[in-house]
Amino acid sequence: MRLLTHNMLASNIKGVTNGFPLRIEPEKIIEKPVDFNPDFLKNMFSKIDWKALADASKIMGYAELPDEVPEQTVVESDEFLRKFHHALLEVHLEEGALVCPETGRRFPVNKGIPNMLLHEDEV
Amino acid sequence: MKLKQLESLLGNLQQFQNPKIELEQYPTGAHIASRMLYTAENSYDDISGKVVADFGCGCGTLSLAATLLDAEHVIGIDVDDESLEIASVNADELEVELELIQSEIKNLQWRGQIVDTVVMNPPFGTRKKGADMEFLSVALKVASQAVYSLHKTTTREHIKRAALRDYNASSAEVICELRYDLPKLYKFHKKKDVDIAVDLWRFVPKAKQES
Ligand SMILES: C[S@@+](CC[C@H](N)C(=O)[O-])C[C@H]1O[C@@H](n2cnc3c(N)ncnc32)[C@H](O)[C@@H]1O
Repeated sequence: MRLLTHNMLASNIKGVTNGFPLRIEPEKIIEKPVDFNPDFLKNMFSKIDWKALADASKIMGYAELPDEVPEQTVVESDEFLRKFHHALLEVHLEEGALVCPETGRRFPVNKGIPNMLLHEDEV
Repeated sequence: MKLKQLESLLGNLQQFQNPKIELEQYPTGAHIASRMLYTAENSYDDISGKVVADFGCGCGTLSLAATLLDAEHVIGIDVDDESLEIASVNADELEVELELIQSEIKNLQWRGQIVDTVVMNPPFGTRKKGADMEFLSVALKVASQAVYSLHKTTTREHIKRAALRDYNASSAEVICELRYDLPKLYKFHKKKDVDIAVDLWRFVPKAKQES
């Protein structure tokens, strides 16, 4: 699971109001290089929740992103875009869990696939 | 990539080994899947460089068609872990990146407006009534650009009305009518193949507020 996917998912349990971001418990992290597409990244920059990405990236062992939301002009920097690219698309959670920030419920991640299935009483 | 090449790559994918009837697990054939995604890309520019979600991805045929047409980030969602494992093997075989999530379509909670395009071959709702409409209503909430979906031609009027009136679509068009060969996967099908007419739809959601 890429951190871009993590950035778009919230806890889906009944009654939870603040289900984002899911806390990551990493057990196995892998990196898979992909092509660098600056236009895509510039477009994503305005849609991403920055803090969630920067925190997730740090937990995943990549601490190169600034904590504070950067100014929009940062997307003109190639150096910045390469770091953003790496954090967003190349770092994968292969094994571990996503944890609901409100209830502590763990959603396991196996072979890179988060299991977000709910129990009957959570729907 | 040429249409022929796309179709032949999709034709080599592994499909459901033990299809589960209650989940309406039958694959989208390579012929239909390749035309569906090829049209989305070449006539509407909805795939390449985009974030694409595949609802009820099964073994990943539509998702993988999107990655082969250079979608930047593709997420396949299905309730069934066995299908997801096959989808993952299929992605490895093609050496492409595919994100997978195990979930009920209606229970996934999405943040923001990151998904551009949803592609899907939803259950037709023959086993669980309304399954097709449930998929469509969620797809129109999640996509910011377009939704491509297959539905039985007999439901055309109903789909159009629901999409425009209840699910916030700004347009709902049938792009083409196809013959869908449901292979004899299930014992209750008496004939060898059941050939049914299906519509390939393109829906455009109304513009949304940032959430
Ligand atoms: C008609 S098959 C399409 C499979 C695949 N998209 C393809 O093109 O080959 C429908 C798929 O939806 C999945 N499905 C059925 N109900 C679902 C639900 N409520 N939530 C998520 N997936 C579901 C099934 O497991 C099955 O893989």
